[in-house]
Amino acid sequence: MADKHIDEISGVETTGHEWDGIRELNNPMPRWWVWTFYATIVWGIGYTIAYPAWPMLSEATRGVLGYSSRATVATELADARAVQNVYLEKIAALPLADIQADKELHQFAVAGGASAFKVNCAQCHGSGAAGGPGFPNLNDDDWLWGGDIESIHATITHGIRYDGDADSRISEMPAYAEILQPNEVREVAAYVVSLTGTPSNADLVAPGRQVFADNCAACHGDDAKGSREFGAPNLADAIWLKGEGETAIARQVAQPKHGQMPGWGERLGDATVKQLAVYVHSLGGGE
Amino acid sequence: MNYPIETMALAVGAFAALLGAAFAQDSLFQAHMWVLFFSLLAGTIVMLRRAQFAPVGVTVAAPRHTEYSDDVIRYGVIATVFWGVVGFLVGVVVALQLAFPDLNIEPYLTFGRLRPLHTSAVIFAFGGNALIATSMYIVQRTSRARLFGGNLSWFVFWGYQLFIVLAATGYLLGITESKEYAEPEWYVDIWLTLVWVAYLVVFLGTIMTRKEPHIYVANWFFLAFIVTIAMLHIVNNLAVPVSFLGSKSYSLFSGVQDALTQWWYGHNAVGFFLTAGFLGMMYYFIPKQVNRPVYSYRLSIIHFWALIFMYIWAGPHHLHYTALPDWAQTLGMVFSIMLWMPSWGGMINGLMTLSGAWDKIRTDPIVRMMVMSVAFYGMATFEGPMMSIKSVNSLSHYTDWTIGHVHSGALGWNGLITFGAIYFLVPKLWGREKLYSTRMVSWHFWLATLGIVIYAAVMWVAGIQQGLMWREYDDQGFLVYSFAETVAAMFPYYVLRAVGGGLFLLGALLMAWNVTMTIRGSQREEQPIPGSVPLPQAAE
Repeated sequence: MADKHIDEISGVETTGHEWDGIRELNNPMPRWWVWTFYATIVWGIGYTIAYPAWPMLSEATRGVLGYSSRATVATELADARAVQNVYLEKIAALPLADIQADKELHQFAVAGGASAFKVNCAQCHGSGAAGGPGFPNLNDDDWLWGGDIESIHATITHGIRYDGDADSRISEMPAYAEILQPNEVREVAAYVVSLTGTPSNADLVAPGRQVFADNCAACHGDDAKGSREFGAPNLADAIWLKGEGETAIARQVAQPKHGQMPGWGERLGDATVKQLAVYVHSLGGGE
Repeated sequence: MNYPIETMALAVGAFAALLGAAFAQDSLFQAHMWVLFFSLLAGTIVMLRRAQFAPVGVTVAAPRHTEYSDDVIRYGVIATVFWGVVGFLVGVVVALQLAFPDLNIEPYLTFGRLRPLHTSAVIFAFGGNALIATSMYIVQRTSRARLFGGNLSWFVFWGYQLFIVLAATGYLLGITESKEYAEPEWYVDIWLTLVWVAYLVVFLGTIMTRKEPHIYVANWFFLAFIVTIAMLHIVNNLAVPVSFLGSKSYSLFSGVQDALTQWWYGHNAVGFFLTAGFLGMMYYFIPKQVNRPVYSYRLSIIHFWALIFMYIWAGPHHLHYTALPDWAQTLGMVFSIMLWMPSWGGMINGLMTLSGAWDKIRTDPIVRMMVMSVAFYGMATFEGPMMSIKSVNSLSHYTDWTIGHVHSGALGWNGLITFGAIYFLVPKLWGREKLYSTRMVSWHFWLATLGIVIYAAVMWVAGIQQGLMWREYDDQGFLVYSFAETVAAMFPYYVLRAVGGGLFLLGALLMAWNVTMTIRGSQREEQPIPGSVPLPQAAE
């Protein structure tokens, strides 16, 4: 080290190397840095003694605390389950009407149903159960398949047009483009609009009423108020699932879209489905 | 004719790409081969236009190579600025897409495709070009040797740009290996491997032909970066292509082994690309810019080896509370904690190098930028080990806190040190007396710093709120929030985040303007920064 020299500003010796004008001071490592580094190493060794850490030939060291993340999860789940089980067992055993009658049990079922709703139902029906285009609003009293607690429970359990459940609710409006003439489709759409609003051409309403009576009344009823037996919507309440206005109605007559809902009974278990039914029933439109 | 082999290779490559397009097994590969064909065709035409022919019997006089080879570095600096602006712009776009989902334009400009474009553009295009250019600049000066391998450094530069173009177009087309930060498919990976080996040869060859007795600390870090990235890249991308003329491959690993390999790669891409490589930059540009010796040689040795040894084990902390066995999680966490001080060694050496020259923070905005960069490095390397602690991680994991952490490191540390290096390099490389405008550097500093602070602070709040909402149960043990509600709650933070990113982008645009004007040789008429004009001093 030929040209070691003292840095004038700090008074510290350099190592004597120089690269492109850069020298290095020969300062010691800061003590606090060294000791903190040692401390993390000591802590690390201690932690690996306490917890599963070092891989050996057949398995890793298990640690003196006997910790296992899987066992911890299982314990936490069991603890949570134990708190809820008092209620869940009652819910599984009792009929829906009795659950609603017991104030404490009803309150629990609404809370549990709301929680299950957030995880499983909100994706289509929305966080507030207000639905959206193609997905029914569950807060109002306009029910396709019935709004009493048993009907709601059956709908959630078996689903709608759901292949995986033989008891699923099935109905399908035919595509009237193959049955009616295009002018008849326009007429019947005008008639349906006239029930709650103003059609584009009042002259279409009268022939439309006849088309409706001949083709639609069988399911939707003579008064167009629908039938829950077939899941046929009420057309006289100005609530539209698939689309609003004459064009949308004509499209739905010609080539109807059919919604689908999976059956949740098998996936969630009856206790959860019961809670969901109680929750949905409690939203405001329950009958 | 000069460059006959290079020109021929480009032409043959273009023809091969044409064949690849003709016999492609899927339309994506075909589209990608057309991209490759036109890129190589453009290269061939450029080479042919530069061709010089000598009469028979006379050899074209080879230029004398007595100076450092800086042409490739000038290109590298321009590429760094260009890709930086592109990468930051895409970052602002994806930030806005998160706040306003209508900005997703199917199919090419959705968040899913633009997000890897952003991460790769900033890490590999901006950061990678910065590392290649600065390492080639530094290794020549600190070794007193010209770049080894003649035109091989040009192959590294253009080959790397080709990698970037293929990776970026692949993301937009929908070609992906679905491995974070390693998305390019197998054929692009093979190309990068070739380029990277050439880079290693250039760098190591220069070190081996050095005229200095010792290897400077910056070069240790660069060498560690180059060697480790090669290893990580190759192992993580081991895959079996479905067809040699197709864009799809399947990873050699599956299940939790795949996840562990991926995060061994992902974490060490941070460790060796964004930490070790940029520490190499810091160890050169800070002493040069402040004109002071490095604080402690001993600290640099110890923290270098500790960092290299510790970092490689820390990856499993990305997989806490997953299918990864507990013992591997423990080791990932423990090594992350032990990594704290080795990381801070670089911060101490960087900051303490200023001792005796602290006044330059006030008078030199480039020094201010570098110091702020090291400060963000220190914050990020404290936050990282903290977030690797399992109980902290159970709150922070999968939230925007992680995104904030990454950006305080990436924007703060990697961004600011690179900007400082660019401002240092441009006047020297183009032989200008000084930058076009020093005041614009100061503006850049404040815009970038404000942007980062907004970004990181907003993401802390967002991430912690998100984590708390996810784990919120009522007193009967029921989940309180639906996932969609936690997403909706993020809206104001996502808007503010885009504002922070926008400020950072604005600063980078100022830099691009400043660099362009400096290269063109202009000087802005402006008041000097107070205190920066040297007072008369006694002769030494």
